[in-house]
Amino acid sequence: MTAVSIPNPERKLALTNLGIAYTAFIIGTLCGLLQVFIRNDALQLPAWLDYYQILTAHGVLLALIFTTFFIFGFFQSGMSKTLGAFGPKVVLWNWIGLIITTIGTVMATVMIVIGEASVLYTFYAPMMANGFFYVGLALFVIGTWVQSFALVGHYRVWRKANKGEKSPLFAFMTVATIILWVIACLGVVATVLFQFIPWAFGWQDSINVGLSRSLFWYFGHPLVYFWLLPAYIAWYVIVPKLIGGKVFSDSLARLAFILFILFSIPVGFHHQLTEPGIASFWKFLQTVLTFMVIVPSLMTAFSLFAVFETRGRELGGKGLFGWFTKLPWKDVRFTSIFVAMLFFIPGGAGGIINASFQMNEVIHNTLWVVGHFHITVGTPVAMTFFGVTFWLVPYLTKRVFTRSLQRLAFLQIITWSIGMLLMSTAQHVLGLFGAPRRTAYTGYQHEDAQSWFEGIISNHVTMAVGGSILFLSATILVFIVIQLTWFAPKAESVNQEIFPIAVSESKETPKILENWKVWIGVAFVLIAIAYTVPIMDMIQHAPPGSKGFQTW
Amino acid sequence: MHLHKYEKIWLSFGFAALIIFLSVVGVSAFHQGHTPSGGLQKVDPDNLEATPPFDSPGVYEKEDGSYEVIAIAEAFGYTPTEIQVPAGEEVTFKVTSKDVTHSFSIVDTNVNMMVVPGKVNEKTHTFEDPGTYLIVCNEYCGSGHHFMSMEIEVVEQ
Ligand code: HEM
Ligand SMILES: [Cu+2]
Ligand SMILES: [Cu+2]
Repeated sequence: MTAVSIPNPERKLALTNLGIAYTAFIIGTLCGLLQVFIRNDALQLPAWLDYYQILTAHGVLLALIFTTFFIFGFFQSGMSKTLGAFGPKVVLWNWIGLIITTIGTVMATVMIVIGEASVLYTFYAPMMANGFFYVGLALFVIGTWVQSFALVGHYRVWRKANKGEKSPLFAFMTVATIILWVIACLGVVATVLFQFIPWAFGWQDSINVGLSRSLFWYFGHPLVYFWLLPAYIAWYVIVPKLIGGKVFSDSLARLAFILFILFSIPVGFHHQLTEPGIASFWKFLQTVLTFMVIVPSLMTAFSLFAVFETRGRELGGKGLFGWFTKLPWKDVRFTSIFVAMLFFIPGGAGGIINASFQMNEVIHNTLWVVGHFHITVGTPVAMTFFGVTFWLVPYLTKRVFTRSLQRLAFLQIITWSIGMLLMSTAQHVLGLFGAPRRTAYTGYQHEDAQSWFEGIISNHVTMAVGGSILFLSATILVFIVIQLTWFAPKAESVNQEIFPIAVSESKETPKILENWKVWIGVAFVLIAIAYTVPIMDMIQHAPPGSKGFQTW
Repeated sequence: MHLHKYEKIWLSFGFAALIIFLSVVGVSAFHQGHTPSGGLQKVDPDNLEATPPFDSPGVYEKEDGSYEVIAIAEAFGYTPTEIQVPAGEEVTFKVTSKDVTHSFSIVDTNVNMMVVPGKVNEKTHTFEDPGTYLIVCNEYCGSGHHFMSMEIEVVEQ
């Protein structure tokens, strides 16, 4: 396969998305660094800056902005690579979407910076931010929809031109992720447009708090799958190519993605297990649906390790684990993602605990949860994105990922792993003691609380050291990205980076798997079963609404 | 669609584990009554002073010998400011909020309740050991969130 790059318009689009993603990343991680030092009283903030303002910025910049911009940059490159060059309309609408997303981002960020929106990235009512914060969020989502529809348009053109053929696995998975995203956002768009904006601008005096929370979490859980599925695309489609193998089973890969769409949406109540206003029956039903994602997760784990083992044996690995040593550990593009996968093992196990109905009471809103998402989105997803960055950026800029940059990349993933191990272990342990999340420095003037921070792992120093190593790692990464964008040597045709896409045998794959109407239909049936009765109840039997409060 | 033999074993095992696990959780929740806190009662958050039982927050002993604690959360504290209950007795907490969303979470117990304005959250708990327990708010509620706490005194009967 020749390693020609994708056309210039797509390169520019993708690079713009990645550039904004990494700008958000470095500011967001700087906030993280400040947080760990404020939490242990080593840093006094000036009067105009507040812990919760920084924490809002951290959550928004990393969980929403870094992830989303990165994902669209990745999708745009991969869709052009696997389905062919974008037509002029696809390019135009992608730009329009990107610009709307960016305007929304800037608007929300400005509101956070001027202290008008210290409501954290979950913006729970009835805390009321400046109305333009919510307008920014709405624009952000709408912009991503425009980019999404542009990509789906490109896919439809391809399918018309290739009647009866199954689409390339990358494109299929991209479309699946987009479908998930669009359906998920319906909840947050509904609450922001019809509840928050009219209320924040004073057109309505009160808000139905319970309803807003459930609409948010209808979106909030699939949001995590919107982060995770692009990482899974890399695991399913990119990694096998990096190690010289092929996709284990095309049909199972597609089935897994469909199951992720079906079982990641009608489950938002698992974030509301300890709150009033939802009958236990509905909480439990959604808990059961939540656990169904274990099926596609096990399928994914099986496929990945099957690829590793098959390839390792092809390379001469013998015995039960001999294949393991044959994998290309010196290739940082592979090793980074492998480490990301390892972090997902405790991450997934922790998720099972969180979702376990009664057990949720032990950890809900404690620092355990913070530890949990740093070893799910903060490492498995983020580090997979780092691994993709190492080849995607030089692929797009036509530069060389030099030996010395590769060594730096190893240093980057090692430091990220160590930092995260320290920080997230401390957070998990503190959470089990009962230490609440989202708190500035505090001991509650109570010996129980003060003793939390005296453990070997749970003391203030561990988290601070972990956070510092993490920020160091973030700066190394951004340095690498800058080098790869502007300064690394120009690639010749012999050393031009490739876009690694593994072969996936789709002849046997059942056609029904790509019949989106069916799966979208099933998804809505499940959503209707899980949500209609409780949501109707929240609307019809609503308590008197709440006025807005600015408590920061 | 072709499934590898090992994959079949792997998935069957996973599926069986899932069914067993969910059954255990379900039986424990609905048969033995171990559901997380919740409740369907509603109140007007702007008018708690005139709404029983929140017009007089405090600790009440009921006829059957169990106790009821009526509490209101508000930025950044709780009413009543002192709570004393006996060890070994069932205590039912009923909590609501006057302003934003808070929590009522008693450290070292499974009492971890979201406190949402307009709704009443309920949880029953029996303290086995006497002592001073710390109650914290673990839902972000504003600039004083990390100071929002109180103590509950559990006394020997
Ligand atoms: C330099 C690296 C990082 C450091 C030092 C760091 C540190 C922290 C700390 C100390 C907290 C919370 C403290 C509290 O609850 O009071 C936090 C929260 C959070 N972090 Fe990070 N983090 C880092 C990277 C990331 C990354 C890469 C992501 C996601 C992609 C992420 C997502 C989040 C989210 C969503 C929250 C919750 C915000 C909230 O509660 O509203 N973090 N982080
Ligand atoms: Cu969730
Ligand atoms: Cu509070």
